[in-house]
Amino acid sequence: MDLQLSNLSHSYGDLEVLQGIDLTVRSGEIVCIIGPSGCGKSTLLRFVGGLERPTGGQVLQLGTPPAHSLNPLTYIFQDFALLPWRTVEGNISLALEDHRLGSAETAVIIDDVLRRTKLTEFRRAFPRQLSGGMKQRVAIARALSVSPAVLLMDEPLSALDSQTRELLMEDLIDLWARERFGACYVTHNLAEAVRLGHRIVVLSRRPGRIHEIVEIDMPLEQRASRLAELESHQTRLWELMRDEARAADLELTDD
Amino acid sequence: MTDRAAEGLDLPPDATQEVPYRGGCFAAKPLGLVAPVVFLGLIALWELGSQTGVIGSLVLPAPSAAFAAFLQLIETGNLWKHLGASLQRLIVGWTAGTLLGIAVGLAIGLFSLARAGLLPLVSAIFPIPKIALLPLFIIWFGIGEGSKIATILFGTFFPTVIATYGGVDAVDRTLIRMGQSFGLSWRSIVLKIVVPGALPAILSGFRISASIAIVLLVAAEMIGAEFGVGAYILLAGSFMATDQLIAGVALLSVMGLTMAWLIGKAERYFLRWRL
Repeated sequence: MDLQLSNLSHSYGDLEVLQGIDLTVRSGEIVCIIGPSGCGKSTLLRFVGGLERPTGGQVLQLGTPPAHSLNPLTYIFQDFALLPWRTVEGNISLALEDHRLGSAETAVIIDDVLRRTKLTEFRRAFPRQLSGGMKQRVAIARALSVSPAVLLMDEPLSALDSQTRELLMEDLIDLWARERFGACYVTHNLAEAVRLGHRIVVLSRRPGRIHEIVEIDMPLEQRASRLAELESHQTRLWELMRDEARAADLELTDD
Repeated sequence: MTDRAAEGLDLPPDATQEVPYRGGCFAAKPLGLVAPVVFLGLIALWELGSQTGVIGSLVLPAPSAAFAAFLQLIETGNLWKHLGASLQRLIVGWTAGTLLGIAVGLAIGLFSLARAGLLPLVSAIFPIPKIALLPLFIIWFGIGEGSKIATILFGTFFPTVIATYGGVDAVDRTLIRMGQSFGLSWRSIVLKIVVPGALPAILSGFRISASIAIVLLVAAEMIGAEFGVGAYILLAGSFMATDQLIAGVALLSVMGLTMAWLIGKAERYFLRWRL
């Protein structure tokens, strides 16, 4: 299943935040969206998953999602969005309960995603007992439990320290290598973008438009060991963004 | 300047000195024994004052006299009559007021129509001292149990409504958005995200409504009741039997403490994820 954004635009009253976004997320492809702060990248992601409605344009699903996919468009949030009153497995089962799979099948799925995210021994822990990186792993496990066709990730590693970020990036690449999910990955971190993105969409500052799309033709699995080659991409992205980011930084915000 | 000299600022420039400790002071330390010592000490002082005649027995009876009055209350069997009547009113009134309050509070928190229609009404009626409505309740529900329970019910209903819808409003929106993003039904989002998220606020509302309930219980019983702790206190007062009066007041304090303890228990159970 592909996702197509056609001529997407959005404004809050007179304030235009997004303008004429055309973009396709192909199945099995990770598209990173970067841009200066306030350019509307998180808003864009909410449109993609149908959590908000744009004032113009539309998001189309091309093709039907795989039959086993319980929630084709699944989010991973920056602040994890775990229920503090549920344990790790309770948080995962939350996503499954409404699908009435039966307790046996639910248990199989939970065991499976806990194993894949290396959380099995923490299944009865409450979120407050976990570190930030572990919490995000729980959120990833919850997302995987519904077999998404496209993962929508809103700065998933931005609340974490740099070591944890590095570890989780490796985990995400491993998971992608096995599941080949499509993904839309919003970040402001260029290093994450060049490590995880098949294509990197650079948005301009407000109103956000597609400034440029950079394609990185290197298998994700090899990127950790070929950082030197990625460096040039990262430099180029920073050159694209620098002036925009500086201008965005000088803007007054009322929100 | 003399202070600075005393702190050693006139020492030679190569002198070694430990960095002075400036933290501390404002952290609360648990001192478990202080509470009982203060409590028992005050009672002992009071008893001493009464025994020596410093405190007149009519002004304030000795704790021992109040305790004797309490023992007499047990012996005559009247304790259970008074306490039973009071507890029944308290439990029925508070439970009904709380359940209705949670239901209306959830409705206000969840539905714009209910918020627009009911919130002004709640805000208008909440500040009225419910005891002022007691005569009206007596006309509506009779001089018996009905009017007393209605007073407690109304008194606990409004603070519960306000605590509940405040709690619903304070539920983390990102959690609700998460629920929507996983395609959860409206019912699931309410039952699994909104209600548990509002529970801390609802439970702290219980603390307020429980003490309001006790105040209203006594007031209602003072206006027209044969039995009940409030009626007992009123009767003792009209006979100037201050020892019985103190015994009754102590009984109220114990009732309040017991309710607070039960709510604390409930909080520890329902909010154990918070610890």
